[in-house]
Amino acid sequence: MARVKNEARRALTWLGAIVVGLYGLLAVGVVTGGASMTPSLALDLAGGREIVLTPVLAEGSSETIDQADLDQAVEIIRRRIDGSGVAEAEISTQGENIVVALPGNPSEETVALVTQSAQLQFRPVLTVSYDPTATTESTDEASATATDEATDDASAEPSASAEPSTSETAEPADEASAEPSAEASATADASAASEAPAEGTDPSSLEWITDDVQAKFDALDCTDPANLSGVTPGDPALADAVCDETGLVKYIVGPVEMDGTDVATATSGPEYNSQGSLTGRYEVRLDLTDDGGDKFAETTGRIKDLEEPRNQFAMVLDGVVISAPSVSTTITGGQASITGSFTQESAAQLANQLKFGALPMTLEVQSEQQISATLGADQLQKGLIAGLIGLVLVVIYSLIQYRALGLVTVGSLVIAGGVTYSLIALLSWTIGYRLSLAGVAGLIVAIGVTADSFIVYFERVRDELREGRSLQAAIDHGWRRARRTILASDAINILAAVVLYILAVGGVRGFAFTLGLTTLVDILVVFLFTHPVLMLMAKMPFFAHGHKWSGLDPRQLGRDTMYKGRGRVARLDQPTLAERKAAAAAAAAGGTEAADEPSETVDARPEGEDNR
Amino acid sequence: MKLNLAQWGNKLHSGEKTYPIVQQRKRWFLVSGVLVALSLLMLFTKGLNMGIDFTGGTEFRVTDTAITEPEEARAVVAELAPDETARVTILGDNDVRIQIGVLDEDTAQQTAREITTQLAEAYDVPEAQVSFTQIGPTWGASVGKAAVKSLVVFLVLVSIVMALYFRAWRMSAAALVALAHDLIITVGVYAATGIEVSPASVIGFLTILGYSLYDTVVVFDKIRENTANLTSQHRYTYDELANLGLNQTLVRSINTSVVALLPVSAILFIGTFLLGAGTLIDISLALFVGMAVGTYSSIFVATPVEVALRDNEERISAHTAKVLELRAAGESDVAISEDGEVRVGAVDKGRHQGTAAQPKRKKRKG
Repeated sequence: MARVKNEARRALTWLGAIVVGLYGLLAVGVVTGGASMTPSLALDLAGGREIVLTPVLAEGSSETIDQADLDQAVEIIRRRIDGSGVAEAEISTQGENIVVALPGNPSEETVALVTQSAQLQFRPVLTVSYDPTATTESTDEASATATDEATDDASAEPSASAEPSTSETAEPADEASAEPSAEASATADASAASEAPAEGTDPSSLEWITDDVQAKFDALDCTDPANLSGVTPGDPALADAVCDETGLVKYIVGPVEMDGTDVATATSGPEYNSQGSLTGRYEVRLDLTDDGGDKFAETTGRIKDLEEPRNQFAMVLDGVVISAPSVSTTITGGQASITGSFTQESAAQLANQLKFGALPMTLEVQSEQQISATLGADQLQKGLIAGLIGLVLVVIYSLIQYRALGLVTVGSLVIAGGVTYSLIALLSWTIGYRLSLAGVAGLIVAIGVTADSFIVYFERVRDELREGRSLQAAIDHGWRRARRTILASDAINILAAVVLYILAVGGVRGFAFTLGLTTLVDILVVFLFTHPVLMLMAKMPFFAHGHKWSGLDPRQLGRDTMYKGRGRVARLDQPTLAERKAAAAAAAAGGTEAADEPSETVDARPEGEDNR
Repeated sequence: MKLNLAQWGNKLHSGEKTYPIVQQRKRWFLVSGVLVALSLLMLFTKGLNMGIDFTGGTEFRVTDTAITEPEEARAVVAELAPDETARVTILGDNDVRIQIGVLDEDTAQQTAREITTQLAEAYDVPEAQVSFTQIGPTWGASVGKAAVKSLVVFLVLVSIVMALYFRAWRMSAAALVALAHDLIITVGVYAATGIEVSPASVIGFLTILGYSLYDTVVVFDKIRENTANLTSQHRYTYDELANLGLNQTLVRSINTSVVALLPVSAILFIGTFLLGAGTLIDISLALFVGMAVGTYSSIFVATPVEVALRDNEERISAHTAKVLELRAAGESDVAISEDGEVRVGAVDKGRHQGTAAQPKRKKRKG
């Protein structure tokens, strides 16, 4: 007996700890900022614009789009949107699609930023200016070494040793503060030209720096995030002023010499020296197409002898310089390796960016949805009303059906609701989950599913009572059998939710998410609340004696006598031995003979049913 | 009412009252067969009314307007997108929904924006109260494909889980038959009524699957329990014990269905009368039909199919023959009512048996 009580208490303590823990975590989140006590709402409830884009390759392309490309596209869109000042935009991939959710009613310009495709351009560097406030090292000072067919060959080695990349990247900060200021002023003086040079001018010529370009360069503030993303690339035939990805460096770059179509692919990996052993550094290998290789040879041949920084070429993706290595040899053969102060991560990132830039990919708008804020609020409100009505109906029904036992249902639903709410609020803080209308529908449907598991349990207990067990035994047996059923059906629900979440698109996922979540909560509540509470209640005379409002009245369940074993039969309307003794002790009277009741209740059940 | 239901439940449990559902399975198979055939017929002749999410198209929605004149919207569309015919629906009291086809790709954005502005003007609401959805035809197709794919994957996984859980392929097969039954009839209802199918309805269809199985699992669990020691007794046939299990879970089936349907009906009610068509109503309508059919099928289809399959099993049919033989010979002590129904469960009320109640000598049949 004590065992049962302890078990039940332990389960309830666990539940209490979980609930307190969840809300405590949420409170911590709210205090430290970032979290909110209410779940964040998806676009269809908060209002806003949702755009679904599918990357489409140019016709005839044999390339495939992999997850890394999609992530890259998302990254580029995110930077553009952040740069445009729209807060709380949500950009994610779903299968092969990119879903962009913008709050409110975004302007056409913002929407255009999303759909515009990102271009990769190779431009010669004309002049560089480092942000004077920058103290962190600029990581992109890599340099290209000639790694033609004979990559590992010793013949390629001299160029590697001759190029200054190692010294440069070792102390980029010093150099950044010392050298470029002079450089920049020098070039500024030299470039007095106010008109674009005639066609055919050397792309590295300083004549490209017109007054316009210089003015733009001077005004360019690379600490402004707007300049670090979604910058519409300037006229490819003219020079332009652009920022470095990190916002620490700004460049004037010459006209486009190569673009993404000239790149076959890019990979990253550990750098090997000429002996074929690891140097401990990482490099990015760039494979060019035949055409691109020729152009690259021409470019590198021209700029290798120029003074700093004109011996660099900038790789510009989406209007931002992602890398600007210097060149010391003519790189022929269409293969180049970029070395420098890469970590494994930054090398992989650059390779991904280059590969992405090489994809002839455009983003096609598949669907576009504008939800007005009033419609969203309306739907949320009506959804909540529907949920409330559903809840009240379920409560009323279970009170009618199960009387006092129905209160357990109500309590369980309240606990389930509380846990679910805190989980959703927590998830919108930690993984950015947003509650959508379909999600709300999932929650409402879950009321029924959760209540179902209680009904399965209660009916089981009643069945056992009908078979003549005492309440304790009935709960024990009923629980063991109902547990199996509840777990099996919940497993199916979770399976459905997972399959839907992984495979389906759009709103279906929101529904699957809440359905799966509430099913898990259901298991938690049944095990840690409903069953323990029932065990404890079985101790209370109200239930143990089967009060007619308890919902567990054996008389109403067709049992008024009960076989107690050893030939004894108990009648429920008579006090138990313990009670008789108590009564006898108290009043020195009472106590009726229980043992000689007719053994009517020891009747036949279908054989095979009572097999334990 | 409560007392009656409880007493009814008691009688069902003890076997005092039994509905011969398994015994009359041919009747139910006929009913279900006709319903499924009708649904398929509707599906193939009339087809489903797929929403713009699947076919592609543009939808505008004006919320909270005092003017609910469809003509206003038609005029706007006729002016800005002359090739399109607008389908205008008034939702609830003060919402207007306007659906047109796929707009020309190059100018779609701009046209949609212009129509939004014009609609706001025509219905005298701020532009922020006009929502629009634009769906390209390829996207619609891919949404449909994803739904079918998840359906197939789910069915395969569920078959595996069911086979593992019941460790009896006949039960899994019967559960899947019931599942297909529910799905076909629900889709058939959509085809027959011409209600638009949206991604939200698809969510509903897929949820039905889980629900239908849930119900069937509970019934099968009880049947399994009743028939676990089937061959060690010769009083009742498999059919009779399965039918008892079915009857014993009848109250639970009704209770769970009512409880599951209550919130769904609440959404449906709110959706229909207050909100107008949308995600909520699409999900709940599919769920409502599906859950109702699912409850029916777990009682009238799943178990009878399972029994029909089981009866072909040699072990079971031999046992059934044996039971019937004993019964014909009068050696069985089952209670048989006047109309020939066997009372499964409690036999006749006990009486004093004297020495007959004593243990019998070994090697004699009891």
